[in-house]
Amino acid sequence: MQAVANDLKVPEKNPLAKPLLIEGDQTYATLTEQVSSVVEGKTPRNWYIGFAISLGGTLMMWSLLAYLVLTGIGVWGNNQPVGWAWDITNFVFWIGIGHAGTLISAILFLFRQKWRTSINRAAEAMTLFAVACAGLYPAFHVGRIWFAYWLFPLPYNQGMWPNFRSPLEWDVFAVSTYGTVSLLFWYVGLIPDLATLRDRATTRARQLVYGIFSLGWRGSNRHWQHYEIAYMILAGISTPLVLSVHTIVSFDFAVSKIPGWHTTIFPPYFVAGAVFSGFAMVMTLMLVARWALNLQHLITMYHLEVMNKIMLVTGSIVGYAYAMEFFIAWYSGNMFEQFAFLNRAFGPYAWAYWTMITCNVISPQCFWSKKLRTSIPFMFFISIVINIGMWFERFVIIATSLHRDFLPSSWGYFRPSWVDILTFAGTFGWFMTLFLLFIRFVPVIALAEVKGVYAGQLHKAHAHEKH
Amino acid sequence: MAEHKIWGAIAAFKSDTEILEAARKVRLAGYSKFDCHTPFPVHHLDQAMGMKRSKLPFFILACGATGLLSGFLLQWWTGAVAYKLVIGGKPFFAPEFATPIMFEATILLSAFGAVFGMLGLFNGLPTLYHPIFNAAISKRITDDRFLVSIEAKDPQFDATKTTEFLKSLEGAEEVQTVEA
Repeated sequence: MQAVANDLKVPEKNPLAKPLLIEGDQTYATLTEQVSSVVEGKTPRNWYIGFAISLGGTLMMWSLLAYLVLTGIGVWGNNQPVGWAWDITNFVFWIGIGHAGTLISAILFLFRQKWRTSINRAAEAMTLFAVACAGLYPAFHVGRIWFAYWLFPLPYNQGMWPNFRSPLEWDVFAVSTYGTVSLLFWYVGLIPDLATLRDRATTRARQLVYGIFSLGWRGSNRHWQHYEIAYMILAGISTPLVLSVHTIVSFDFAVSKIPGWHTTIFPPYFVAGAVFSGFAMVMTLMLVARWALNLQHLITMYHLEVMNKIMLVTGSIVGYAYAMEFFIAWYSGNMFEQFAFLNRAFGPYAWAYWTMITCNVISPQCFWSKKLRTSIPFMFFISIVINIGMWFERFVIIATSLHRDFLPSSWGYFRPSWVDILTFAGTFGWFMTLFLLFIRFVPVIALAEVKGVYAGQLHKAHAHEKH
Repeated sequence: MAEHKIWGAIAAFKSDTEILEAARKVRLAGYSKFDCHTPFPVHHLDQAMGMKRSKLPFFILACGATGLLSGFLLQWWTGAVAYKLVIGGKPFFAPEFATPIMFEATILLSAFGAVFGMLGLFNGLPTLYHPIFNAAISKRITDDRFLVSIEAKDPQFDATKTTEFLKSLEGAEEVQTVEA
């Protein structure tokens, strides 16, 4: 078997041959070793530095949220008419980031895209942490957060119930279901790998903790059978779930009657944008993790290139949606709608609009070039540009549609306060704190799945030899 | 020292092809209370072991249906029965606005069914103890070894004969009996 592994080569001059998903001379044991050693080795100094910075950001974020609760929503720059501003922009931004994780773990699983196995664990973790950032904003933007439980259908003394006729209430259910299901999906995938860490544990504490979380997993095939079914069905239900979440987020806008928001294109446009931004974030994180944790054999250039292609596709869908919004505004003959869009591109927020166009529509088009989409420094740069662009997209949709009210006497302009800016910066610290804890204590690569893919790779090479 | 009871016998293999063949032979030899332990789900092992299709999907379907129904009842009862409130002239209950939450509730309960059903009901996890962990080689199930285990409960089990049989399988290593 090992001999087969060593001369696993794709025949030369075969343009249709698929690149190997797992590179190098491997055995099951070396795969276990590579993935587990990340968690078992000594904590690198850079991890502590990164963790200290992230934790600083987290503390800043919680302090500013505490300040907000003690003082009031006025510490943010929200005003009349821009009642939703950075709070909802950041909420949509973070929740969108999460969608790539579910896309990779669920949709690509259903499409039998084996390349997902190297990145799905980290992408799912990213989903969870992005939801943890996103969830803060709707909770805190209500101002009197001690009444936030009114969002849930709880039988309390007023005898009142939430207004289920509002998309904002649908959002409560969509986001909380999304967070819960993503957590379960992630954990189910983790169980066999946590068992690996349990079996390799050298200290009593590790044995105990990994032992508890691996639930006594013993790799039994009678268990794997139900496990695989459960995983498949979770993927099957997560797929419509992830599409529904951003659809419902877009309903927050589309169901209202504000020109610039009231458009039927919103659900697919929001979902494509979410996947676009999420892949950019996965790319940023994976490039760093791959380099810092020495995972080049498992996260290969093929993986990176495929992700860049997805960004090219979703970026183009987003560009198409921007164009279509303008077309429909003109075609509708509705003067308010036309004003909203002309004002978006040429009004006081034109700077934000053109930043968005440059980052989201123009920059991913570079990925048509094979040279550029296989250049690591370039893709790192573009992934950050796209993240900035997608943040601006949400800001443009929210702020430009609100700042010109129906009556010119109620027109205004939004400027973020220092609390807005620092709280948002702090969410990145919060996100990174969780992510760094994840890469320190949990296998970052779905080990059992990678072994399955590797077994398939061996069989293929074996069959090839026989011919 | 009291005599320890034997739980079963095990054999370890190095590859998924070997375990497939081994599982097939164990089944053809007439054993029924046996299992395979693998680092990852091995294709066609279910058929090689002669296992039936999982019934888990039906359980998940029932959970999903419960979710759908509770999503409906929640919105209908709170809005149209318990506390009627006119908001924006909209109806107290209508399927149009109730759909998103009914959908989310369906997904949520299906996911609970899939995860907790798979773990608790179908696989009997979490469990604090299992005899297979008594064999040192079991530590490598989650690494690079593929184990076959035949339980002493099996009517055909006989400590000597069964271990001899396991040893005869191609690629078998570390054949041993395991205490309960």
